[in-house]
Order: sequence, then structure tokens, then C-alpha cells
Amino acid sequence: MSRSVISAVIRGAKGFVAEAQAQLQQAIAKHGPDQKVEFPGTAFQLPMIHALMGLEIRKLGELNAVVEHCRGLLPEDPAERMWLPYLGGGIDSGIATLLATEITCSVRYLNGFKPEEGCTGFISDTILRELGIQLVDGRMPGFAAILGPAPTEDIAVHTVRELQKRSILTFLMAGRDGKTMKQQLDAKGVELGWDTYIVPVGSDTHCGIYILDWAIRGALTFGGHKKGDWRNCLKYCRERVFAFGITFGPIPDDWYAVGAGAIAMGFPVISDHESTPEVRPTGVTTYEALVRQTDHSQLVPTCIQVRGVKVKVEKIDIPVSYSPAFEGERVRREDMHVQFGGKYSSSIELLEMADADKIIDGAIEVRGKDIDGAKEGGAMDLGVHVQVAGRKMKKDFEGILERQIHRYCNEAMGFMHTGQRDQVWSRISKAAFAAGFHLKHVGVILHAKLHDEYGGIVDKVSVTVTTDPAEVKALVERSRPVFNARDERVAGMTDESVDTFYSCTLCQSFAPNHVCMITPERLGLCGAYNWLDGQASYEINPTGPNQPIAKGAAIDARAGEFEGVNKAVFDMSNRNVERFAAYSLMQNPMTSCGCFECIVAMVPEANGVMTVNREYGGETPIGMPFSTLAGSVGGGLQTPGFLGVGRLYLSSRKFISAEGGLPRLVWLPKELKEAIREKLTRRAEELGLKDFVDKIADETVATSSEQLLEFLTKVDHPALKMDPLI
Amino acid sequence: MKSPQERSVDPAAVEMLQHAAAQKLPVAWDRFEAMQPQCGFGILGVCCRNCTMGPCRIDPFGQGASEGICGADADIIAARNLVRMIAAGSSAHSDHGRDVTHAVLIASEGGDYGIKDETKLRALAKEWGIAAENKTARQIAHEVANIAQSQFGQQEGELRFVARAPKLTQDRWRKAKVVPRGIDREVVDLLHRTHIGGDNDFRSLIMAGVRTALADGWGGSMIATELSDIIFNSPAWIRARVNLGVIEPKNVNIVVHGHEPVLSDMIVAASHDKELQALARSNGAEGITLSGICCTANEILMRHGIPVAGNFLHQELAIATGAVDAMVVDIQCVMPALGKLAQCFHTKFISTSKKAQFPFAQHIEFDEGNALNIAKQIIRTAIENFPNRDKSRVTVPKITSPLVAGFTAENVFTALGGRYRPSYRPLNDAIITGRLRGVAAVVGCNNPRHQQDQGHLAMTRELLANDVLVATTGCTAIADAKAGLLCPEAAEQYAGEGLKEICRAVGIPPVLHFGACVDISRILVVLSNMVAEGGMGESLADIPAAAAAPEWMSEKAVAIGFYAVASGAYTVLGGPLPVQGAAKLNKFLTQDIAEIFGGKFAFQDDPVKAARLMLDHIDQRREALHLPGPMYQVPYAPRTAEAAVAAAG
Repeated sequence: MSRSVISAVIRGAKGFVAEAQAQLQQAIAKHGPDQKVEFPGTAFQLPMIHALMGLEIRKLGELNAVVEHCRGLLPEDPAERMWLPYLGGGIDSGIATLLATEITCSVRYLNGFKPEEGCTGFISDTILRELGIQLVDGRMPGFAAILGPAPTEDIAVHTVRELQKRSILTFLMAGRDGKTMKQQLDAKGVELGWDTYIVPVGSDTHCGIYILDWAIRGALTFGGHKKGDWRNCLKYCRERVFAFGITFGPIPDDWYAVGAGAIAMGFPVISDHESTPEVRPTGVTTYEALVRQTDHSQLVPTCIQVRGVKVKVEKIDIPVSYSPAFEGERVRREDMHVQFGGKYSSSIELLEMADADKIIDGAIEVRGKDIDGAKEGGAMDLGVHVQVAGRKMKKDFEGILERQIHRYCNEAMGFMHTGQRDQVWSRISKAAFAAGFHLKHVGVILHAKLHDEYGGIVDKVSVTVTTDPAEVKALVERSRPVFNARDERVAGMTDESVDTFYSCTLCQSFAPNHVCMITPERLGLCGAYNWLDGQASYEINPTGPNQPIAKGAAIDARAGEFEGVNKAVFDMSNRNVERFAAYSLMQNPMTSCGCFECIVAMVPEANGVMTVNREYGGETPIGMPFSTLAGSVGGGLQTPGFLGVGRLYLSSRKFISAEGGLPRLVWLPKELKEAIREKLTRRAEELGLKDFVDKIADETVATSSEQLLEFLTKVDHPALKMDPLI
Repeated sequence: MKSPQERSVDPAAVEMLQHAAAQKLPVAWDRFEAMQPQCGFGILGVCCRNCTMGPCRIDPFGQGASEGICGADADIIAARNLVRMIAAGSSAHSDHGRDVTHAVLIASEGGDYGIKDETKLRALAKEWGIAAENKTARQIAHEVANIAQSQFGQQEGELRFVARAPKLTQDRWRKAKVVPRGIDREVVDLLHRTHIGGDNDFRSLIMAGVRTALADGWGGSMIATELSDIIFNSPAWIRARVNLGVIEPKNVNIVVHGHEPVLSDMIVAASHDKELQALARSNGAEGITLSGICCTANEILMRHGIPVAGNFLHQELAIATGAVDAMVVDIQCVMPALGKLAQCFHTKFISTSKKAQFPFAQHIEFDEGNALNIAKQIIRTAIENFPNRDKSRVTVPKITSPLVAGFTAENVFTALGGRYRPSYRPLNDAIITGRLRGVAAVVGCNNPRHQQDQGHLAMTRELLANDVLVATTGCTAIADAKAGLLCPEAAEQYAGEGLKEICRAVGIPPVLHFGACVDISRILVVLSNMVAEGGMGESLADIPAAAAAPEWMSEKAVAIGFYAVASGAYTVLGGPLPVQGAAKLNKFLTQDIAEIFGGKFAFQDDPVKAARLMLDHIDQRREALHLPGPMYQVPYAPRTAEAAVAAAG
């Protein structure tokens, strides 16, 4: 905090502590030290003192020790010159303020205090349980305490409406010169109370403690922290209670002191006044501690950004149903209102990271003709450009977020979506159009879902949807270097070029002993996560299912067995898998959960392997269809000779390289073969194999081992001449 | 002859150098110039006097001898010489630690020293597994001192403070087999190796040197710091003044010089004695002014705010003021020239340590068992000398600067969060967000080879401007203080935008004074705490940090350099180690050693270029941690990794 702020905090805190001491002495003189003291409706006596000092205050006399403690916390004022470090003293003064105002307010209740008309005063445990749980489990994204009346009634209304819109609970406290925000809202006929999430607490600065007492009880009740465990109670508030303060007008010393108390609990303060110095360094609060935002239209968005409040969009406001149930829905030609992309027009999606100052959250712009003007059953160009910003957002995450567009769009009823990047093909059904679905709803969906699922990294999302052919073309041009750069990053990487792999335990919920080990050249068996995704996922959630694993010393570099990986797999597989070779089918192969795109299985007769993908329902040369094979491969067991893989692994340099690699591949379903033909050809050529892909059998030439062997002999498949597989 | 302005950037020193020249008083700079040209073989590290078959020396131009009589080549000879420097440096710090331990033992039995910081005592007892319940502070202190003493003579196992390092750093030490077993043992082991016909592999010699250096940083030095805090109290933030102007012509002036607080702290206590104060007045003085030079000054500055007269090259200049009634010295960095110089004035030159006696000195031997009485006797000697002062020969430059000192690994917690939010989080956050580009430790000596203080100041200012928070100790700290860098206001003048924001938020100067040269151990603990706080990697080597000693000269500095490198620090020395005649050894120290410990040496005379090497390294560490670049524009912008590699050749 800057020196002038700390000086004000200390002055304010000294006032509160002196007042508490005087009030306490008077009360003791009047009622005696054994007089009972309490707040109404709580089992935590004086909650702040209970949590921070571990004291169960029941009698007036016991508060003397608290006053002494407060006095001990108060530092000297920072000197005008040659000052000594003051931040710690400022935080201590904030804590002293919390404790002192709690004393003063408890004495008030003792003296028969009744909250002002329409104000709550102390907030009971009952309300804490009802609303607090929503606060800590994320249903209520956070709460705000507003100090002072707004400059105008309109600004007061605008501010609380902005908070209401985001389901943020708002407390009103601390008037100025007899004016309060409660009066302003009353005058405008705004309904106040717990039901509307706008709760007046009282008109002085002291009642800040009622709000903060509410928060600290969250740590005791929901966090399970013990009284006196101040470290964890305060940490809980910072990490789990998304509260912040808003101040209107110049900040007086007593507000500063209460604000420092809030900041000590991890709650930042946002001021609308130009005279407020900013305190931007982070660490006491998660982000900035004291921030100025003089533009009232941006006040609430600034608060949300500064506290890191994660806004949830409760309902996706579109005229059609939205659910994963619609994900696989097809829109047939005769049911189609309009389509985009495919063979018919140009369609592209691009998600890019943007500067937080440059975009407005929720801004959705539709440019060009909307689908009203479309010829029924015709095709239009479509460009979807999503911009996201967030403190934790990184360029590396763009691809991950962009890939979600497919799923997000598909889940809207009557919207069919396939493909990605500039290969998108989508359709909107007549029924959806009739229900009122327009292009802006694509933006609504993406905004809501990106916040919902990636709230940890995304603070702002804006979407531009364009049907203007020139703009779509421009977007395609813009995207080209972006997509190329993303591809090159993965394509250029080798397992040797990194010292870290990523584990994936996403599927341990149903395969408790399975661990995927994702390497640059071997993507996850589900095909959805490559190494960079593992890295990004780890950054998004450092304690999540993808952890960096230091390879450690190589035990067998050819088979892909490393000391560090073995150790990690052993731990993560609950001590079930001791050794793991990343590139081997036969020796310590990777286990499978059940999500694999393909199964690689040994064909002993052919001295090779076959691969069958999930979509292929027919017979295979080893006499088992995919479904039967899947039963013996999944469940986290090591089954030499069988391997669950992602389809891109087939063309990797590390594809069962321990067993000789791609030349072992003798059979593939035709559809899969064609889908990855280009990649397989490239890899085969790297290995010096000519026309190799055509030597791989498929169901059109072989569905039994006899047929297979006959075909392989005919085409002179290299597997036949390789070292024995077993 | 160089002009006073070329000899020092400190205006007080310049004034005194002019005075000394006018009075024909010889000072170190004169002797340095008289010594030119200095022996090239010595500078390159390729002469050997370890047996009397020699002296031998290797011809660096490849025309003469390429090996000594025993067959040792340049690498072996330079490595042997170098590790002997480590042995001496480590011995100096560690013997200091031993003396402090001895004082704690005396304090535990009564005597003149007390237990001043019981919290720290109990924390250390807990760390060392000493059951402390129901025991008095003295009982605990006794056990702590016994264990500390045993660390010196321990034969096997590991020194206890090794456990303070991050686990990965410890693992690297264990893998390289350099975890020190016992402090004294490592010195003996090392000296044994350098005997004729002993260890003749330069890598093996250096590894043994590393182990001895670690026995200093994570052993002797750390014991000295921790136990000093227990009996003399942990430093707290404090204001004081620095430079020769603190010598008060109207008062009895006692200047303490050397390194151990065991003596100086007791002199501080004795100087408050009412009888002595009265004695001073009755001898015509207005009072007693105590000030310090070198690290003993830092010790009593940090704990009592005693003014500092200057750093290493100020020791003769202080006497040359003619106003010093007694210069009281103990150990280390005390020039034998002082005795003769004191003879030119009334100044009593009082030696106190049984380990360090000097020509023309009055020896009043210090004894921890009778500390206060001896301290009083010393002060009385000074007071009684006051009437002998020739006032016509007094020249004191009226130059002082204010400073803030008193930072410790522990009070960084409270600086950043007070009693209820003690945490390194804001510091780590500042680095993670790029407000701070990194942290640097700039430490070390004065050396007449360099213009006094210029190396420290130019380097430090370059680092500050580029948003690097600087930690300092020893003579560098005093140099920075003289130039005003230890004032909190200095942030506004010298710091980049990001560092400025941090200084304003916390209320700290941009350069933090952590104490004497043994207290570099505090910086090791600070860095370990940063790793423990999270986000700074897993070993000390991962932190965006660098170290430097721009004006180093002592063997202690060599030991420090080695424990810094072995702890993972990129360490830039202003002026090379004497290894440049030994190509393989030079390459090992400046390149290959990083593969073992993460840290390595770089040699760069130019302090600004040296600072930029540190910044390059910090940027590389940031990149490895996937941290963004500096939050604000900085004058020396980060370079791409390729550009940095190209520039480094």
C-alpha cells in the first residue's frame, strides 16, 4: 500500500481502537466485567475474535485482552521521510480495526442496539447457512460491500443492477453526510432485501464488521477451520470467498481502516474517486488490493476483474433448447434452413486471445446479412471470431478453447456442427429458425459456455459473427498463420526434445488404476489431448488431472522407459503398474481406461499388428470386433499385445517403435485407412517404404487370418520379413 | 598517480584522500600503485609454492614450462591454489561462527551476554529437534550451543542447516557428493588434498572446495548469523547514518573495525555506561561516539543503529581524520598498515583478538567470560586518550547519508503481511507478474584495483532501473548506503516502474541491507523461503535471481562465490578468479559446473556489463518458469534466448 494509504489506515485504526477501549470501559463501569456480551443468533460469540484470536468471548471483562492485543497491533505512523516498511503494519491495523469494531458493536448490542429501519445489523448463523453455502460452492459468485452514497441515484441503481445481473450479493453500509445508498435506491423504488440480493446493513462504517463476520464464519463453518487458526481462516476467505468493496467518493480514514481489514482478509477495494491512490501489487489479495475506476459504467466489471470473481451464466438465453442430448443431432437437407461451409460456401472459426482492455465481455456483433435473408436450403459464408481475455489466458490455450466451439454449437437444438478451423460445416434447421434462432445466438452460446467451463482462465469473451463474404475471406487470411503456428508447434516436437511428459488421470473415476502418459509423439489414447494440451491443462489447473512428469534417466530409450515416468506411473496407478514403456506393445505397454479411439492388437500369424477404430463395427482378422476387444484392453490393466491408442499415434515416429514401428501394421478398417492415409504415407516414406499404405489390408480384402496372410504375401508386406514379434 | 577522484566515487573519501596526500600519509591506493606491475603468474593462478622443489610456474604463452617439477599442469596448480583460498575463507567465517557459539555457551551459563531473542532460540531448538517444553531459555541455549559446536567437529553425516535448502538443491549436492560432513573436517580434508602429491584432478579438487564452501554458507556462516541473533537479538528495521562525517569532533570517537559482534556488541553496551559518559565529559569531550567499519559495523548497525564510518577502504581514512581516539579491531580485513598510520596521530590502535595481533598496536585481549569489563576498559582507554588529540590536525568531511537497514529472512514475512498475514507471497507474486524482473544479491569488498564503490553502485543502479530488487551485505551495503541507495526514497530516483510499485506498496528501499558478510546466509534462507512459497521452481537455481561481487578481493569472497554457485546462483565477479592461466579449469567454473549445480561463475570487470549478464540470466530463468517478461518497459529489454547465446559467444 502506498504510504498515504497506510497513514490513513493507521489513523483510522487508532480511532477505532481508542473508541473500543472507551466503550468497553464505560460498559464495564456500567454493567460490571461479568456482564454477558454476544451478538444475536450466532454460535460463534464474537466471530472475528473467535476465528483470529481463538477466544470464546462471553463476558465483557474478557474483552480487555482483545483491546490490549489491538493496541499491540497498531504501528507507528510511517515517517514523512526515511520511512520503515509499513505494509505489514497497515495490514495489522486493518486486523485491529476488525477486532475493535467487533468490540464496539457487541457493546452496542449489549446497550440495546436495534438495527436501523430496513437494515440487518448483525447477520445470523441461519442466514449464513442459507446463503453462505451458495457463496462458497460458487452458485453465488461473490459478494460486494458498498460504502457511501453514489454520486447520483442513477449511478446507484446502475451499480446494484449490474451486480444483481451477475447474481452477486450486495451489502450497503457507511453513509456520508447523512446520505446513504439505501436512501438513493429507496427513492428510485429499487426493492431491497435478501430476496433481491441487495441488503442494507447499516449506515455507519462500523457495520462493516457484520459483513466481514459473515465471511469469516464461512471459514469456520464451511472451511472447517478451528478457532484461533487465523492463518487458515484468512487464507480461506482469500481463496474461497469472492468478496470486494466498492467506495464512492473520497475515502476517509475510517473507511480506509475497515478497507485494510477487508484487504487483510483478501478482499480488494475499488474506488470511484480520482483522489484514491492505487495499490496494484498482488499477494495480500489475489490480484490488486486497491484500484481506481472513475468510469461508473465500468465499475462493476472492474470489481469482477480485480477480485477474480467467476461469473456464471445461469441460463443460456437462446430460443431453442440447449443440452448435451442434442450433440449428435443431424439436420437433414430437407429440414435445413441454411448451411455454412462444407462444399457449399466458406466457413471459419477462429478464437484468439485479446488484451483485456480491448474487448468488452459479452459483446456480440453480427455483421453482414443475418439468416432471415438466406435462401431456404441455401448456403452462406460464415466467420466466427471469438476473442477472449483473462489474466491466466495464454496464447497456448487458444486451440483448446477453439476446439470447444464444435461441442458448444452442437448442443443447441437444431444446430448441426462438424469440423473445425476453416473446415467447418454447419446447418441451422428450419425449426430452429422458426423458433427465433439467429446468428447472434451463436455468440450467446459461446460467451456463456466459455465462462461456464473455462471460468478459471477466461474473464472476458466477445464474439463477432460475420456473413459478409469479404470479411469471411479476411478472417480466413488472418487465421492461416495462426493455425500454421499452432500446428508447427506440435509437429516440430519430439519426445527427445522435452524432459517432461504429462500424465492424464482424467478417467480414473471409472478406471481407477489407469494413467495415460502423454508425450509429444504419443498423444492421449482418447485422441483429444496432445502434449501441449497436457501442458496447457496443467497451467489452467495445476492440481488437475494432467501433471508434468520429469522423464528422468532413460532405462531403455528405444522402448520409451524412463525412471521418472516409472515412478510416477507407479504412484498414480495406486501401485499397480511398476514399469511402463511408452513405445512398446509387448513389454510393459500402457494401460487403457476405455476411451481409446483405436485398439492396436497383435496378429501373431502375420508377425504384425492390426488396428481397429471405435467406429468400425465389423469383423477383424483376429476374429473379434472392436467391442469384444475393448473388453480385454480397458480397465487399467497391462495387456501385452493389446494397446488402446489415439489415431494420430499410428503415424507417429514412436508408434510401437520398440517392435519395429509402422512396418508392423498389417490391417486397418478402410475408412480409418483413408482418413489418415496422407499421414501414414508420409511416415512410410520417411522409413523408405514405397506404396506401404496399399500393402495394409482392410475389411474389403481380409476379415480372417487366412485371407490376411494371403493378401500380405501377395503384396509382399514388410512385416512378414521382420524379426518375430513374439 | 591516480587522482583522489579516480580512486573513489565517495566524496568523503575523495576529501580525505586529498588530505592524506597533502599530509603525505600513505594509504592502500598508494601501495597498490607502488606494487605495479603485479605478478602476471599470480594473477593467472599458475605459480605453485606448495613444496620446495618449486617455486614452479607455468608459462601461459606455451613457450616455457607446461608443468611443474612434480608434473602438475596449469589446471592442477590453479585449482590447488584456488581451493586453498576457499579453505582460508571458509575458515574465517566459520571460526567467527565458532566464537559466537562459544559466546552463546557462556550466555547460557550467565555472564555478560543474555538471550535476547527467545523466539528465535525456540524456533531453532524446534528445527534441531530439541525438546524445549518446560525448559528455560538458558537451558535451551545450552543445548543449542552444544549442537552448534558439534557441527564444527562432526566427522560423518550432514550439517544440519543443509536441510534448509530446497529438496532438489539438496539432492544435487548429494548426487555430487558435496554435502559437508563437518565444518572443520572439510577444511582439513581440502588442505590435505593440496599437499604435494595429493589430489591432482582439478575437478575433484574443485568438488572438495565446493564442499568446504558449503560448510561455510550453510554451516559456519549460518551458525554465526543464527546464534548472533539469539544472543544479540534479531535485527529490526532501523535508521542510521553512514560515512566519515559520523565521526564527531566534539566527542570521544571510538571506531570498531573487524567482524565479530561478540566484541562490538559489548562495546555498544559499555558505551551507555553512565560513569564512562561522565568520564568522557570530565576529559573535555561532549560525549562518546561509537562508529564502525566493515562488517562489525554492519552487525551493530543492524541491531543498534550505530553509525557506520565506512567500508574496507575507509579504515585508513578514518584514522587520517585525526579525530579517532581509539580504533578497536578484532579479526579479518584489518590492514596491518593501521598501526603505523595511527602512530602519526594520537589514535590508539587496539587489537583484541588472540588470533589477530598487529604491529604498533596496543593489545587488550578480549575474553567472552569477562566481556563487559574489558569493553569498559577499552572505552576508558579511548576516553583517556581524548586529551591527547591535536585539534589542529582534525579534518572530518562533513558528509553523511541516511539509511534504513535491518532486514532478515524472518522479517521479510512481517514486512509483507504483518502479524496476521506473514507471507512471501507478495514477493513471489511480484516476480511472477513481472513487476519485479527478479532479485539479485550484490555483495563483497572494496579493492583498490577498482575506483572505490563505483562497481557496486553502477551495477546496483543498472539492476534497479531494470526492476530487479537488490539484497546486499558487507562492504557493498555500506557503499550503497553512502550513495543513498538504502533510503526508501531511492526507489523513486533509481527504480524501474515495477520495482517502484513494490517499494511504494511495502515501504522498503530498493536495496535491502541484510547485514554482515556472514549474513549472506540470510539471503540463502530468503531464497529457500521463496522456493517454499511456490511458483519459483523447485531449486534455488530456478529462481530468477543472480549474484555478484563487483569489487571482491578476499578469500572469504572466494568461499562465498563457491557456495553461491553450488547453491545454484549465477555469480558474476568483477575481476576473475585466479584461474585464467588454466583453460580447462576456467571453462569448468564458467560453464560445466552449471550442469552439476545450476549455478556458475562469470567474470566481468565492467559493472554495467556485469549487471546485464545478470539480467540475461534472470530472463532465462523467467523463460524456464514460463513467466512473462517485465510488466513495464525497462531500459535493458529482455533479449531472445538466441540473441543472448550469440552475445555470450
